[in-house]
Amino acid sequence: MALRDERVTLAHGGGGKAMRDLIEEVFTSVFQPDGMEDQARLDCAALAEPGAQLAMTTDSFVVDPVEFPGGDIGKIAVCGTVNDLAVGGARPLYLTAAFIIEEGTEVALLRRIVASMQAEAEKAGVRIVTGDTKVVGRGMADTVFVTTAGVGVIPAGRQMEASKIRAGDVAIVNGVLGDHGAAILAARGDMALSAEIVSDCQGLGYLVEAVIAAAPDVRAARDATRGGVASALNEMAEAAGVAIEIDETALPIRTEVKGMCEILGLDPLYLANEGTLVLFVPEDQADAALAAMHALPEGRGAVAIGRALDGEPGRVTMRTLFGGARIVDMLVGEQLPRIC
Amino acid sequence: MKYADEFRDPVAAKALLDAIARVVDQIGATAEKPVHIMEICGGHTHAIFRYGLDKLTPAGIEFIHGPGCPVCVLPRSRVDECIELAERPEVIFTTFGDAMRVPGTQKSLMQAKADGADIRMVYSPLDALELARRNPDREVVFFGLGFETTTPSTALSIQQAAREGLTNFTVFCNHITVPPPIKALLDDPHMVLDGFVGPGHVSMVIGVHPYDFITKDYGKPIVVAGFEPLDLLQSVLMVLEQIRDGRAEVQNQYARVVPEHGNAVSIAAIEDVYEMRPTFEWRGLGEIDESGLRIRDQYKAFDAEEKFGIGYAAGPRDVEDPEGCACGQVMTGRMKPVMCPQFGKGCTPEMPLGALMVSSEGACAAYYQYGGARAVAAK
Repeated sequence: MALRDERVTLAHGGGGKAMRDLIEEVFTSVFQPDGMEDQARLDCAALAEPGAQLAMTTDSFVVDPVEFPGGDIGKIAVCGTVNDLAVGGARPLYLTAAFIIEEGTEVALLRRIVASMQAEAEKAGVRIVTGDTKVVGRGMADTVFVTTAGVGVIPAGRQMEASKIRAGDVAIVNGVLGDHGAAILAARGDMALSAEIVSDCQGLGYLVEAVIAAAPDVRAARDATRGGVASALNEMAEAAGVAIEIDETALPIRTEVKGMCEILGLDPLYLANEGTLVLFVPEDQADAALAAMHALPEGRGAVAIGRALDGEPGRVTMRTLFGGARIVDMLVGEQLPRIC
Repeated sequence: MKYADEFRDPVAAKALLDAIARVVDQIGATAEKPVHIMEICGGHTHAIFRYGLDKLTPAGIEFIHGPGCPVCVLPRSRVDECIELAERPEVIFTTFGDAMRVPGTQKSLMQAKADGADIRMVYSPLDALELARRNPDREVVFFGLGFETTTPSTALSIQQAAREGLTNFTVFCNHITVPPPIKALLDDPHMVLDGFVGPGHVSMVIGVHPYDFITKDYGKPIVVAGFEPLDLLQSVLMVLEQIRDGRAEVQNQYARVVPEHGNAVSIAAIEDVYEMRPTFEWRGLGEIDESGLRIRDQYKAFDAEEKFGIGYAAGPRDVEDPEGCACGQVMTGRMKPVMCPQFGKGCTPEMPLGALMVSSEGACAAYYQYGGARAVAAK
């Protein structure tokens, strides 16, 4: 063990032996990328399939606190990028991971983050093949920021995109809404609310594959992260030029999350998720899609929440409990807690 | 949530809506000649739209949205003063999230924060107090705003700061009271109001008797209401029944929360810390006598106006609303949000001209959020 420090110092970003020790002991010993070169060299066999497409995505992760009930920044970084690939119909294969680390960050915390990234990558069947670390002075970053890029392959003939959604298609979510956003709010601890809410942070690669197998004409899926399900639906309605109507009574929202939203004046439809997707399937394949989802842990709570309609393009409405209707618009800025 | 779901039962709602339709017919109210019911509280305005109650109730009822949004009723000069305070280098300015996007003359608190001011959103003044304890070398100012609902918690935080001898905690007091603006509206010859849905959480603190003047002096009914859809529907029904029967009483629909005489502990804390200002300026209503609170001399060490020489301590300041902005008219129920020439055009949640578009209790925000930008196209 060459790395004796308990906390990261600027020396660990200096390019010398301290940096090498940090990278080798904390990062590469766990991720085990191939070779020693400063680049990943990947097998193109999957890509060589005629008609296949390469899918690439990147995402940066900043979350306060970096560890929270149900996950940590590392788990989100892997799940988020895997999910971005999966909802586009790609099979995720490789990830990169770059870390901006604030001086003073505990090495043990980094080890926990890296371990959870590796565990999640194994679960999702992807490999973290290259990466980078930078150390910045105290106050220049908030503990640690992670950027991941992902590469995947979309098999020939597969085309999932929101523009394919047609009136009559059924909207399905894979489980409860808003858990991640609520868990983060509770974990920040500045609300004096003690709620046992755990983030829904999870990879969705296998779930999307299962849906495609059961419902081959699945139109499109979206990972409902920032801005929640409401924003995902609005984006899809706009891209498809259809109206979408959801049913308030069908929305799966945990009692604790509803309660927290009631207290703070937030709307769970806009709370962030990290393992929740919204997908549209033709009506005659909806039951098959639901059954396939129910067979997997990440889809156990799957339900239909509404459908696409002929109507004002881009308009999302919700049928309320009493049969009234209200518009579910895009969120402006961020949700702010109310006064009273 | 079990407790809340009981008040959202569709079957019970249907029965109430049927009863409402019957009484509206008995009164003879129609879309052309509606009864005007003012819901005073912005929370009620939002609940009406969130649950689509405006569309479910008969056309013979017109809801007039009252001045019960604490952020909306503040004149722009007060927001400017907040920003002035927040931009002092020694100050940590703390506020409820609701006030962050409200535009001042130059910018909002959100923009001031981006420009470098140390502004923190808190959930309670007690969080601000904790910040003051942890930052003894900084001045922590809490933006005390709101009606009687929030006044007690600010009072308690000042009492606590006094007990601890904190010297770096002050409150920029903009607390206001509900009854005076109601009286001002009832005195306005242009206003036609047939009855009121009274604020629930304010009444939890002050009880129901401060509204006696509405029935005794003006002969109008008022029903103090809860915030769930069934609460609102039942309260509307109670107001309508009073109108039909020619009664004018203060009724309490929200008795599960609102005690007749209010909350004695809260009232005592308010009495201890605050006194009435001779007058206070309201957006759209102007100066109203004895309608706002200030911190008593005994606690003036915790009064940001005293410590920093701003607000009423600095004398009057005239700040005009932006041209074409009808916030004052809308806020007092004289105009519907969609009738404002700026609604959805010059004034949107992204680029607001006035507080009503961005406060969680603002009437324009309710129209925009639940009616969508499409409300503009419809007008």
